[in-house]
Amino acid sequence: MRSAIQFASAALALAVLSFGVVPSIAADAPNPVADTKAFQKYFTDKFPKLKLEDFVNGPYSMNEDMHKQWEEKEQFPPYDFSLDLGKELFAKPFKNGKTYADCFANGGVGIRQNYPAFDEKEGKVITLELALNRCREANGEAPISYVKDDMAALTAYMAFTSRGKPFDIKIPGDPRALEAYENGKRYFYTRRGQLNFSCASCHVQNPGERIRAEILAPALGILNAMPIYRSEWGGMGTISRRFTSCNSQIRGVPLEPQSDEYRDLEYYLSYVSNGLPISGPGARP
Amino acid sequence: MKNAVHAVIISSALLMAGATSALAGASEADFKAAYAAAEAANKEAGSLRNQWTTTASTLAAAKKAADSGNFDQAVAESREAEALVKASIYQATSEKETWKAMEIH
Repeated sequence: MRSAIQFASAALALAVLSFGVVPSIAADAPNPVADTKAFQKYFTDKFPKLKLEDFVNGPYSMNEDMHKQWEEKEQFPPYDFSLDLGKELFAKPFKNGKTYADCFANGGVGIRQNYPAFDEKEGKVITLELALNRCREANGEAPISYVKDDMAALTAYMAFTSRGKPFDIKIPGDPRALEAYENGKRYFYTRRGQLNFSCASCHVQNPGERIRAEILAPALGILNAMPIYRSEWGGMGTISRRFTSCNSQIRGVPLEPQSDEYRDLEYYLSYVSNGLPISGPGARP
Repeated sequence: MKNAVHAVIISSALLMAGATSALAGASEADFKAAYAAAEAANKEAGSLRNQWTTTASTLAAAKKAADSGNFDQAVAESREAEALVKASIYQATSEKETWKAMEIH
């Protein structure tokens, strides 16, 4: 058995070395601005026919047939029911008479592009999903599931009010913010699960390629369309759902939604898509 | 990329082959010892935030076999689970540095 384990260890090491494009190892100090520039350039070089803002359409931006499908879908979008529900829930008063609008800047309208944000008081990343549940709890309501249903509906509505506004994620001077960004980056590139995949294995190295019947989305702009109606799910899903289901698919046990790791990952992925417009809610195969 | 995936799949298969050559006539005590070892290792993988779903399902299969009195299979499943855990711990440990190799610059 020991030799079997040693063999597996060697195979994993080999896999690490042989998997796809391997740029040089970074030794420099963290530089989110330079990271973003390099990240966006990687994708625009890889897909020279696409405009930067096209990347928010995920796999539907990858070829003409898919783009036609997207245009047709957008005529009767499958997320419409969720969007209507979200609008209704957003306006419905809590038992204390307040609403979600009381918890957010500008009454919660047109602010999606500013989330996730770094809270210097708490020293942690606050995502929109987390802020919505905290709003509920602050007003005496029970938190709701992070992965679908009402949470997907509420974030769908808030994204809709921000459509076209470019992601504007800030990293304040607080060193903990930079640490959160770096943690998110590390999570994004770290291989996990029995299949030994990182987020980047699919969404950096292989966007546009098929994995079984699906076309992989580029990491650039991948969160701009959230939440999404996904045919594979047969319903709506949030960013939390996207992260946990990705982990399961590579045979890794998902972390709890809104764990520090997922919050930091969302912070990193959103930051490197700064400048790309919010397009959510979206629809995906 | 295909080669790398094959390497991991082959290694997993070998792990299972090695782990499932359990002793015949295993007792409940053998199962308990093998299961405890796998569970303890899986806690370590949990502290590294890198448990595998296949470990969880193999541990569940071990328990199911033990519940039906098939301790040979229960021990084999426990050992397989422990082997999977060890691979996940190796992965988490080596990735602490090697993740940087994939970063876009």
